[in-house]
Amino acid sequence: MSITVKFFASLRETIGKSDVSLDADNITTAADVWRIATDNHDPVGNMLIAINMEYASLDEMVKDGDEVAFFPPVTGG
Amino acid sequence: MAVKLRGESFDPWQALQTHQNEKPELAGKFGATSIFVGTMRDFNDGNDVQAMALEHYPAMTQKHLEAISTEAGQRWDLLDTLIIHRYGDIQPNDPIVLLAVWSAHRSESFPACRYLIEELKTRAPFWKQETTGANSHWVEHNTPG
Repeated sequence: MSITVKFFASLRETIGKSDVSLDADNITTAADVWRIATDNHDPVGNMLIAINMEYASLDEMVKDGDEVAFFPPVTGG
Repeated sequence: MAVKLRGESFDPWQALQTHQNEKPELAGKFGATSIFVGTMRDFNDGNDVQAMALEHYPAMTQKHLEAISTEAGQRWDLLDTLIIHRYGDIQPNDPIVLLAVWSAHRSESFPACRYLIEELKTRAPFWKQETTGANSHWVEHNTPG
């Protein structure tokens, strides 16, 4: 399964990565994506998750070709 | 309905006039235009702010701002909406966001404009990083509306 992973803002700095391409078979949920892409970093308490640019939760299923993003609460406007 | 993301400073009043001029079909139809302009302050949470960088998730930002505009059009009887939002390096007194709603009556345009800004602030993936003195930090929460 191939997944594109993105980190934004303070979470990008915490993890030390902005974009990761995952190619692994042991991925079922966004939580798996987080675990593998961050080398087992603990999930950040208030982080938000988007799968293919729609808000999601860590336990949501992912599929081949998905784009999964992790970021802190938004502060635009 | 239009959603525009701008990497450079813009004049919200000129943008409003330009948008309206480009919509001659609206002439005579709208009786109310409600607008919100968000402008960068030089202070926040008790600190002097010298500059700000506004990061975003481009495709998701566009998608959700369009969704918010569509929702507003479903909830109220609107003739048109315009959203312009900055990203990149921003200085105090620079406009950050322009929201405009055109409708026949103010009872539609006022709540719709409020809806746009409140939904934008919780759903559109933008993040502010402020420079205060020699330091910079990420803004962790929105100020109460």
